[in-house]
Amino acid sequence: MQNYEKMNDIFNTYPPMKQKNVPKESLLEHSTRYLKKICTGFYSLIQGMDITLKYFLNPKKVITQQYPENRDTLKMFDRFRGPVSLPHNENGEHACTACGICEKACPNGSISILATKDVSGRKVLGQYIYRISQCTFCGLCVEACPFGAIVLAKDFELTVYDRNELTWVLNKSKSQGSSDTSQGEYS
Amino acid sequence: MSAAETLYPLHNGIGNMVRDFFPESAFYINAVLGLTALIILVSSLASILIYLERKVSGHFQVRLGPMRVGYHGILQPIADGLKLILKEILKPKGADALTFYLAPMFPLTATFLIMAILPYDHHLQLADPAGGVLYVLGISGLTVLGLLLAGWSSNNKLSLLGAIRAAAQMISFEISLALIILMIVMVSGTASLREIVLSQQGLIFDWWIFKLPFLGILAFIMYLVVSTAELNRTPFDLAEAESELTAGFHTEYSGMSFAMFFFAEFVNMFISAALATTFFLGGFHAPLIGISFVDHILNSIPGFIWFFGKTFFIIFIYMWFRWTFPRLRIDQLMSLEWKMMLPVNLILLMMVGVFMVLGWAG
Repeated sequence: MQNYEKMNDIFNTYPPMKQKNVPKESLLEHSTRYLKKICTGFYSLIQGMDITLKYFLNPKKVITQQYPENRDTLKMFDRFRGPVSLPHNENGEHACTACGICEKACPNGSISILATKDVSGRKVLGQYIYRISQCTFCGLCVEACPFGAIVLAKDFELTVYDRNELTWVLNKSKSQGSSDTSQGEYS
Repeated sequence: MSAAETLYPLHNGIGNMVRDFFPESAFYINAVLGLTALIILVSSLASILIYLERKVSGHFQVRLGPMRVGYHGILQPIADGLKLILKEILKPKGADALTFYLAPMFPLTATFLIMAILPYDHHLQLADPAGGVLYVLGISGLTVLGLLLAGWSSNNKLSLLGAIRAAAQMISFEISLALIILMIVMVSGTASLREIVLSQQGLIFDWWIFKLPFLGILAFIMYLVVSTAELNRTPFDLAEAESELTAGFHTEYSGMSFAMFFFAEFVNMFISAALATTFFLGGFHAPLIGISFVDHILNSIPGFIWFFGKTFFIIFIYMWFRWTFPRLRIDQLMSLEWKMMLPVNLILLMMVGVFMVLGWAG
């Protein structure tokens, strides 16, 4: 009986859900329930109004960004997923060992690791090919990387005029200096 | 002439000036001036309220609202209006042409007719019929007629469903509204809106919201709930429930005929708030608190500023309701009216009668 009354209170179904052989509640019980419903209802309404009033009175906390105006100061949020990037330290070195796990983890085949051998015969990264046109920014490559070599960057102004410009080479070759988004010949 | 003078109490500076210069035709000139002022007031109010609604709703939802057109979007209503004027008025196939084009005019006409008798200040009121309260209740029926005609003539099942819902809701809640207004008529002893305001003269505690011990504030809260339902605003916006009926009775309307519904909706919100001010918050009276120094400053502010200030405060409360509460279901709405509001209102009315007999009511 208790359960059905509770469900009627919550869902307010019409016609009300009924159970057989329920003892009829007295007028006092009925009116107490009625009053209690009104009081709890008003309390929950006031709780909701309190929340919205707090939003209203704090205009500095709005989420909306005035984008073209605040382009210089705009900082993307922590959980924002941008393009894959390979961070380099101040000596121009990165942590990638050309193991190819990210390449296997990528569901779209947007990563290709082209490995070469250095003078001592060790396998090193030749070119980290990243095709942003195929990327869905799922972040599985970042999760798969055992060395933490790649991250999802915070850039979002990625529009270009030519499709060929969407194939990036992420590692910077030491001789050519910094060319993060050199045009790919591998498309 | 004297009867007409009491009906049109334009005893302010401009009205008297016209009477001095043109004693013969002052009656007609004053009426034309008043109606012109009313048209300007209604059209500017609609755009102000639409801008306010968008800004306030934005901030309630942690957004900014319109920001692009002018400084903080203040020219947005003009841009909206231009867009609506330039848009074509489409008539669906099989719609009843006469009724379809006639329907949007009813709600807008009703707003003009009610705005004419609102007491904005001591001598700033177009007409003051002795049965002003009855007039208000009667004219607000025109809005329902407009909605029903719009829904019926659109040849669209969603429009018809929305219109039927709107009519059922407005007719049900009008009973509660009438009972609350009847309570105010009982305690103030008059049905003229100006006299109701004048009956609250004095300190802030002479307003009907405070003057009736405990019952006044209860009646005020009930008035807010009932008038929100009467306005078809969220949480009672079943008539145009976007998720169920696309837009309800104005689904098929576009361009200026949609704008008429839209304007009428917003000006009706102002009218409801203005009536709440008139009935409960002392109309154009300043909130005097009994300290002569403060009261002197408060009294120096003109009455229409107090009137509009109080009205916009209540409009803010309506907007606050709208952007906080979720929509009710139709059976919940009806049970709210017939099982809660109506019995409570009847008990309230009875208690006010008892209070008056015992001499506690003011």
